[in-house]
Amino acid sequence: MLRTQQLEYTYPGNKTITFPDIQCEKGSQWLLLGQSGTGKTTLLHLLGGIRKPQKGKVYVADQELNTLSSTALDQFRGKNIGIVFQQSYFVQALTVGENLQLAQTLAGHSADSDRIKDLLSRLNIGNKIHDRTNRLSQGEQQRVAIARALVNSPGLILADEPTSALDDENCKEVIDLLETQAKEEGATLVIVTHDSRLKAFFDHKIILQ
Amino acid sequence: MNPLTLSWKNQKDRPLQMLLTLLLFGLGVGLIALLISLNTQLDEKFKNNLAGIDLVIGAKGSPLQMILSSMYHIDAPTGNISINEVKPFLNPKHPLIKLAVPLSLGDSYKTFRIIGTTHEYVDSIFRGTVASGKRWEDLYEVTIGANVANKTNLKIGDQFHSSHGFTDDGINTHDHGDGFKVVGILNKTNTVLDQLILTNTQSVWAVHDHEAEEKQAPAEAVAADDHDHDQDHASEAAGQEDHAGHDHSGHDHADHEGHDHDTHDHADHQAAGPVMKPLIEYPDKDITTLLILYRNRTSYQTLSMPRNINENTDLQAASPAIEMNRLFSMMGVGTDALRNLALIIVIVSGLSIFISLFSSLKDRKYELALMRVMGASRSYLFFLIILEGLLFAILGYLLGLLLSHGGMALLSGYLEEAYQYEFSGWRFFKEELWLLGGSLGIGFVAALIPAFQAYRTDISETLTTY
Repeated sequence: MLRTQQLEYTYPGNKTITFPDIQCEKGSQWLLLGQSGTGKTTLLHLLGGIRKPQKGKVYVADQELNTLSSTALDQFRGKNIGIVFQQSYFVQALTVGENLQLAQTLAGHSADSDRIKDLLSRLNIGNKIHDRTNRLSQGEQQRVAIARALVNSPGLILADEPTSALDDENCKEVIDLLETQAKEEGATLVIVTHDSRLKAFFDHKIILQ
Repeated sequence: MNPLTLSWKNQKDRPLQMLLTLLLFGLGVGLIALLISLNTQLDEKFKNNLAGIDLVIGAKGSPLQMILSSMYHIDAPTGNISINEVKPFLNPKHPLIKLAVPLSLGDSYKTFRIIGTTHEYVDSIFRGTVASGKRWEDLYEVTIGANVANKTNLKIGDQFHSSHGFTDDGINTHDHGDGFKVVGILNKTNTVLDQLILTNTQSVWAVHDHEAEEKQAPAEAVAADDHDHDQDHASEAAGQEDHAGHDHSGHDHADHEGHDHDTHDHADHQAAGPVMKPLIEYPDKDITTLLILYRNRTSYQTLSMPRNINENTDLQAASPAIEMNRLFSMMGVGTDALRNLALIIVIVSGLSIFISLFSSLKDRKYELALMRVMGASRSYLFFLIILEGLLFAILGYLLGLLLSHGGMALLSGYLEEAYQYEFSGWRFFKEELWLLGGSLGIGFVAALIPAFQAYRTDISETLTTY
């Protein structure tokens, strides 16, 4: 499902990071661990097609991301990759439900409100559908972000420090949700984190040096 | 969620900013649209009322004032002229003149002017037709314009007393005898005719002769009474010297000074048959102006006629077209200044759209990056921001139209009083389509730089800087 070959990224200051090759089967769940400065977020952006590597290749669902045009890559990402960020970003002017709808239409799907309702209630925030996102608590915001990552049933879900802003209780809950929902959707899950609380939850781990 | 809904919700999320920008834009557009409406309607009305009249002959004074008073019935007349002076022009066999229509002004009823004239004023000049009743024939019979009938509720058979002058202050009402009697109502012509009360010249004379007698009889010895009358005239003229001597002052004085209770007025009363004698039979009487239609507008003699009159007689001749062009070029300075002001407002509001979008983009850079992550292409973001600019422009334009048409509707009452015409706030002009084009252009240009900035959003860069 997700594969990298000799991935290398050079920052503007000429600092180069070489990433280990990764190969994740469909439906598998991975933890990418590393201290800050080890290029975790960069790697996640490379995997998600948000940033282009100077060297090496990224395959998602057997599609090499670098060969796609900018617009095609945007479409591919919208359809096949769901991303949960460390901070929850939303379109401020829209409600929770509208944010999810936007994710559907931007990916080229038609709006499916049943899917949205179903997803939100599975994440225990069904009653927040008409709320503005800035009215939600951190934990609730992270759930909406998960719902948004899942809404188009992507084959790959990437999560960048999804738990770093959460307390233990919320942390466990969010990870549980990510795990179970990814499983339910049959999606491959890759979590990038320095949060050692998560080590216990995952079998597959990659340590970045 | 389509881009239009999204851009609308984005703007609605910042209501104060949006309101300010829209108000500014609406004000600019509204001012321009109002000027367009006002200019077009004024121009139209003035042109309609030229009605083919080539020349106006009246007493010496301001030519523009004479034109305004006798063609558009706005200003006070410049004074009176005696029929003796204009006798040659009244000759139906005059080689240059096809038609000469006399006008006698001076009285009004509820601010609607009473005009002593001939049937040709309705038939030949304005091509008016009678809606009900008939045209005036006998002394004190009047036929009223469509708007007069509407506004005063005068009906056929109604009688009314006129007031001296053109204001409705209730002080100068002539309260002699039975007053005027409505015998007919004209169809609407969309000219000044709609605002007039028409009667024959003899009726206008009769009202004033009658009054002069009544005033004279008890106060024959007291000259002050007559002075009063004259002072009334002067005050009505509202500081216009030309007007001071207007209206039969000549013969009033003559009557008074000579203690000559003339008898032919009474004769008029009694002898007024169905057909009035032609004016040419009253050489010592006055009219206010003569409206002239030429036989041949381009002949040499015709072209030199106004100058001949102005140089060789005590009369004044003025061409309505020339005077109105002069007036418009004078007013043009004012409208140009207003138009430029409106343009400046629109440009500033364009700037405010730019600033609004630009500053909102700063707050929304994460959103935009996020939308890219969710599958939006660069051009989608560009399009989205352009759409927000256009949305401002369209809403501002609509607000502007609402302001201008609403304003015009409110203004029309005042304008009708000032200009004797009806103005409509709900007429639309093709220039307003140009205005829409211009508004969209401004919205587009204002959104261009912010849109380009959105287009260039680097997702990774944006999402890793906090």
